Amino acid sequence: MQSQLEAVSIIQALVAGGKGLAPSAAPWLNERRALALERANALRLPSIRDEEWRFTDISMMGRVPFQLPVPHSVIPDISAYVLPEAQWRLVFVDGIFNVGLSSLGAPVKGLSISNLGDAIQNTPQLVVGHLAQHAHYENRLFCAINTAWLRQGAFIHLAKEVIIKDPIHILYINTQAHATVNVRSLVVLERAAQCTVVEDFVGLGEEATFTNAVSEFAVASSARLHHVRVQRETPAALHIAACAVSIEQDGVYQSQSIALGASVSRYELEVLQKGPGVEVVIDGLALIKERQLADTHTLMDHAYGSGQCRQLHKTIVDGRAHAVFNGKVLVREGAQLTQSAQQSRNLLLSSDARVDTKPQLEIFADDVKCAHGATVGQLDQDHLFYLKSRGLSEARARNLLTYAFGAEIVARIPVRSLAAQLERAVMTQAQTTL
Amino acid sequence: MINSGAKVILEIRGLTASVAGVSILKGIDLTVRAGEVHAIMGPNGSGKSTLAKVLAGHPAYEVTGGTVLFEGKDLLALASEVRAQAGLFLGFQYPVEIPGVTNSAFLRLAYNTVQSGRGKEELDPLEFDDHVRETMKLLEMSPEFLDRSVNDGFSGGEKKRNEILQMALLEPHLAILDETDSGLDIDALRVVASGVNHLITPDNACVLVTHYQRLLNYITPDYVHVMESGRIIKTADKSLALELEARGYDWLLNEKLDS
Repeated sequence: MQSQLEAVSIIQALVAGGKGLAPSAAPWLNERRALALERANALRLPSIRDEEWRFTDISMMGRVPFQLPVPHSVIPDISAYVLPEAQWRLVFVDGIFNVGLSSLGAPVKGLSISNLGDAIQNTPQLVVGHLAQHAHYENRLFCAINTAWLRQGAFIHLAKEVIIKDPIHILYINTQAHATVNVRSLVVLERAAQCTVVEDFVGLGEEATFTNAVSEFAVASSARLHHVRVQRETPAALHIAACAVSIEQDGVYQSQSIALGASVSRYELEVLQKGPGVEVVIDGLALIKERQLADTHTLMDHAYGSGQCRQLHKTIVDGRAHAVFNGKVLVREGAQLTQSAQQSRNLLLSSDARVDTKPQLEIFADDVKCAHGATVGQLDQDHLFYLKSRGLSEARARNLLTYAFGAEIVARIPVRSLAAQLERAVMTQAQTTL
Repeated sequence: MINSGAKVILEIRGLTASVAGVSILKGIDLTVRAGEVHAIMGPNGSGKSTLAKVLAGHPAYEVTGGTVLFEGKDLLALASEVRAQAGLFLGFQYPVEIPGVTNSAFLRLAYNTVQSGRGKEELDPLEFDDHVRETMKLLEMSPEFLDRSVNDGFSGGEKKRNEILQMALLEPHLAILDETDSGLDIDALRVVASGVNHLITPDNACVLVTHYQRLLNYITPDYVHVMESGRIIKTADKSLALELEARGYDWLLNEKLDS
């Protein structure tokens, strides 16, 4: 109870901090921040007594002396996280945009990449229709706090028909012990634009940090967005994130989300279909051990018909770690010819590892194809036999299959250097080499 | 090629086995010598695939009696991976798919594990790449199959070629090919059979498990055995396969009943 009270006081301090922020020059933004602040004041900290948070205990908020990051001039070494494929890179150190570490590449007509704060000032017409318009904060405390605090973040805008082949890398890197960081991404693709965005949440060192991240992705008609999300915060970190994706007619959103780090992490992905005929791929992988908890909540909202969604969420859980998956698929009335499939596959590597997985299908249309399935358990005996019949020992075969289980998701990441880094992480967890 | 003086590679005596308490093999006797090709035929459910899996050590099957000597060693006492290293190869009817592991990495791992189990030298990735590309030509396989995940999204024919590729790489003394012809079109069948023919030498042996005679048009067996209800009920030369093709299995089962 004590920690609960302290957690509340942390939140109140954050909220108060939000109140103290200098108003932005943009009245529309001040208005949105004020509304969010109002909600942040009204909402209570979620606890395991709330159905949506029943497995995700964030009471560490009350035990760790989280505080606002102190301004400092130490420049972290990000070389291990630089993606050679990405000529565009936005780097935020403890939530603050770092222009020196960022790489804005050569200007490309129709492509805007900048700190969100600059975009609000310089190109508000690109921002106003989207910022805080997709991620709903009315009933979500952390999203409300993030919105009330909104001042910096990553902004990417592609004008219609602009196609960017190289990935765009957003690196959020935490360096200070106990830092509380609100980060925000806004990615807008106009009609028929295409790009790949990597959101990379990194923690240096071992100390606890608290990241509260909100991302908004607007995919206009016939646009294609590939979104890769990597959460590799410090082992003591608390990471709470929400991502809202809106897709218009015939738009495509594909994503791989990989959770490796943090003591407690929570990722809420909401994909809203805003027109007929969209295509959505949601892949997830949580690779956790010791006492880590990784919680993924997804919502695929088929508000229009003829949408296709394929979702595969995997977890590899070792030690006393705990993976949580809640996948909701909503097919609204009239959303005919929807095809939505969801699979949750979980591999437990120790007897103390735990998985809670819950598919939630709510279907209000009659001419749809929806499927879901969940497995929690061991490796397939026929797969093991196949490998052993090729000379591999039982242990080697098990480790290879564990690796393959995770690598299937990692292999779908279209950025080779990042996929290779993550493959090594999967190999380490699987205790195998190739 | 029959050579009664050739060394015995496989000697099965009175083998019985069950799965989940149900008896499937009810006393198998079979001797395979170096240089020989044996075909094991029989209707569905006769136990021929079970025999193949039992020999390779599938954990779902329990051996309840009998003996199996593989080049003089007690095969049943060996773990599956040790059987593979000793030179036994099973070509799967349904090769498993392993998304996430590239075929090249898998083939190299299998090759090097078996090589080191035999006390032979392993190949580094570059050396192995040369070796595997050369071997793939035998099966008219495109090198692109090296970069794809193991059997993932392969057609039936591609999976079977990949099985025979593994046979070629692992150089078994005894290859048991379980329904290798199933799911193959005529071109794939020709390529796979030609690959197998190329790999048969006077020093090794091959057991073809097949429901249909069609594979035997391409790979000529020295012996044809017919299984029924967990036993070998008839053994003859290759002409038996043609007779089965023309007449089906029923006459043979009736003949057995009559006797």
